[in-house]
Amino acid sequence: MRKIAIYGKGGIGKSTTTQNTVAGLVEAGKNVKVVGCDPKADSTRLLLGGLAQKTVLDTLRSEGEDVELDDIVKEGYGGVRCVESGGPEPGVGCAGRGIITSINLLEQLGAWDEKYKIDYTFYDVLGDVVCGGFAMPIREGKAQEIYIVVSGEMMAMYAANNICKGVKKYAEAGGVRLGGLICNSRNVDNEREMIVELARQLGTKMIHFVPRDNMVQRAEINRKTVIEYDPTHPQADEYRALAKAIDENDTFVIPTPLEIETLEQLLIDFGIAN
Amino acid sequence: MVKKKEYINGLPDPTPLKEEILARYPRKVAKKRDKSMVINDPDADQEIQANIRTIPGIITQRGCTYAGCKGVVLGPTRDIINLVHGPIGCSFYAWLTRRNQTRPAEGEDNFMTYAFSTDMQDENIVFGGEAKLKEAIREAYEMFAPKAIGIFSTCPVGLIGDDVHSVARDMKAELGINIFGFSCEGYRGVSQSAGHHIANNQVFKNVVGNNDRPRKGKFQVNLLGEYNIGGDTFEIERLFEEAGIELLSTFSGNSTIESMEYSHTADLNMVMCHRSINYIAEMMEEKYGIPWIKVNFIGAESTAKSLKKIADYFGDAELTAKVDAICEREMAKVNAVKEAVKPKVEGKLAMMFVGGSRAHHYQDLFGELGIRVVSAGYEFAHRDDYEGRKVIPNIKIDADTRNIEDLVVSKDEAHFRDDLVAKKDSLEKSGYKFKDYEGMMPEMKKNSLVIDDVNHWETEKLIEFYKPDVFCAGIKEKYVVQKYGVPLKQLHSYDYGGPYAAFEGAINFYKEMQRMLDTKIWKLVDTPWKHEPEIVGSMTIEA
Repeated sequence: MRKIAIYGKGGIGKSTTTQNTVAGLVEAGKNVKVVGCDPKADSTRLLLGGLAQKTVLDTLRSEGEDVELDDIVKEGYGGVRCVESGGPEPGVGCAGRGIITSINLLEQLGAWDEKYKIDYTFYDVLGDVVCGGFAMPIREGKAQEIYIVVSGEMMAMYAANNICKGVKKYAEAGGVRLGGLICNSRNVDNEREMIVELARQLGTKMIHFVPRDNMVQRAEINRKTVIEYDPTHPQADEYRALAKAIDENDTFVIPTPLEIETLEQLLIDFGIAN
Repeated sequence: MVKKKEYINGLPDPTPLKEEILARYPRKVAKKRDKSMVINDPDADQEIQANIRTIPGIITQRGCTYAGCKGVVLGPTRDIINLVHGPIGCSFYAWLTRRNQTRPAEGEDNFMTYAFSTDMQDENIVFGGEAKLKEAIREAYEMFAPKAIGIFSTCPVGLIGDDVHSVARDMKAELGINIFGFSCEGYRGVSQSAGHHIANNQVFKNVVGNNDRPRKGKFQVNLLGEYNIGGDTFEIERLFEEAGIELLSTFSGNSTIESMEYSHTADLNMVMCHRSINYIAEMMEEKYGIPWIKVNFIGAESTAKSLKKIADYFGDAELTAKVDAICEREMAKVNAVKEAVKPKVEGKLAMMFVGGSRAHHYQDLFGELGIRVVSAGYEFAHRDDYEGRKVIPNIKIDADTRNIEDLVVSKDEAHFRDDLVAKKDSLEKSGYKFKDYEGMMPEMKKNSLVIDDVNHWETEKLIEFYKPDVFCAGIKEKYVVQKYGVPLKQLHSYDYGGPYAAFEGAINFYKEMQRMLDTKIWKLVDTPWKHEPEIVGSMTIEA
């Protein structure tokens, strides 16, 4: 089983990209599990057809000790096993601690048991790695591969670089590696070349360039992935290609985060800052 | 090691000891610790480094901010429910461990025997604990109907950002009793000292001045910084009562929130533990014009001196006569015991590392018995407790101190005592000292070693060098020190003894020192591994 965590700046399209990619893997016959690590609990909406799912933490709160795996795992598109960690309302409590509690509980309940024959687990993690809790999925024994969703926008690249710092820290202590950058295009000039170069400097590669297409939004409004909503659309092929690239990926590295000056120079070199 | 007879002509120069201690530290640590270890010269103005962060890795004696706030300052007040918002351990281990005693009148509230906690669970950390805190307050109110509830924040409460103050406001409105919170998360400040300051602020803001009770006595006073450990406050109360001094409130030994509410009607504040309570004394002077003096009721002579100082303040012939009579009568009793004990313990060596005042106050008791204090220091005091209040304007305010709110207090025109201000002025002209804490160092012998925030490594080296006859500290040090064959007296909790304050207390202490020091038992204790190795091994070499 491969365990993958998806990180990236808030609003970059992690959940959308993850679910569309998962749909591609499912289509290729893979058995996939998705663990949403975002208090908003919206990481599995497209796979479950908008089905409001009871989160691990809500279940734990209402059921107390007596939690069954079936209470918190829902099957979605193509048999994908979906879990939402959940968390507190904005502004209260500790969402980071919530993720730790939730992943520990899933492990105790045997969510990764042999009998489920899981090929892939995807952890979809909220925004930046703001605290230890959000780094939980990349600690030892959890996700082994990280993909960072990025675009050619300055702050997205800045966040990607920051996440690499977190990955580096845990890579040295545990076994986690960076699998590559996924460029979710924002139609910035020279975007492809710039992300290829950013990836090179981080010691990794851009695993796929996902072009911007309104079809993604259209499918989303219909609570579906592009592959499910319109399997013949060219955008569906993009996600199939991304799924294939991840499936065939064999380059896993400890990233070399950039100094902020180097990162800014990259933007200047590619003409965005002008 | 120094031979005992060398002490006859003063204390030995501890420079080699200090050098040996520092030599083991990494360069930067040695540089820092050097400034916290001063070879005392009472005739010189020496600076000691204090109230700065302990270097990580060093085994410190210090406690946390929550301990200082909940445990020390509010812990001994009996009619307030001290509700700890946090995991259960923080609550349980702050529960009466200092042996604060209290004496409620028939039918009066006493909640000190209970431990109140919200018992936070994982779920309350994740989703926030404010709802559970409100429930706990309601439950406590339903069961006990207290006059007041204090909410104490532990570390996780600060980390997840529960707003205890807004909960307090809401619940105060809902239940109609006094409810207030303390942001005393354990990690704030460098030691429990930060917690004292936070406790002072909140008690001053939310309690002092709530009740303008009419006068009851001719001489109304408050006693600040006396925590009734082992019954100390009872001893002092008895003397005041006999002398006709009306003790309104003690902060906070044997105290009630009710008494603190009218404490602003006092004519004089007396400060025992300068470190933990000087803030309230200062604020009461600014707001109400009540002057404060430093007193010490540890040691018979100090007690007599302090009582006389109070009598001098009031300048009343009857009071002065009563105080003199008490002192004379009590000193006769004390001296009888002293004469019996002193020959048995005189010339012995003591060292003490405790508190923010105790390491100083107890030197008076040891002095009365002719026991030499070779080394002393505080756990959490500031420079003014070592060097005297004269250094306060020169103390560097660092970020850790700025992190603690400093209340801005203004004059309360309706309650301000212009008469007391005038009295203070005229007394000062005749040489009477107010706010007169000189600190510990000027009163210590030349060549005594003063150490702030002593640690285990330093403790071990001190014992090797001085071979003291008694070591005073707390429970964390007790057994390590005793394994060196040196008896340890806890000055936080008094072990199982006390009271040691005032005249009767001095007698108790003399007897305790005789029990601990006039015995050969510690010389008979030997380590089993001294004569035979603990582990016997053999080696097999296979061909």
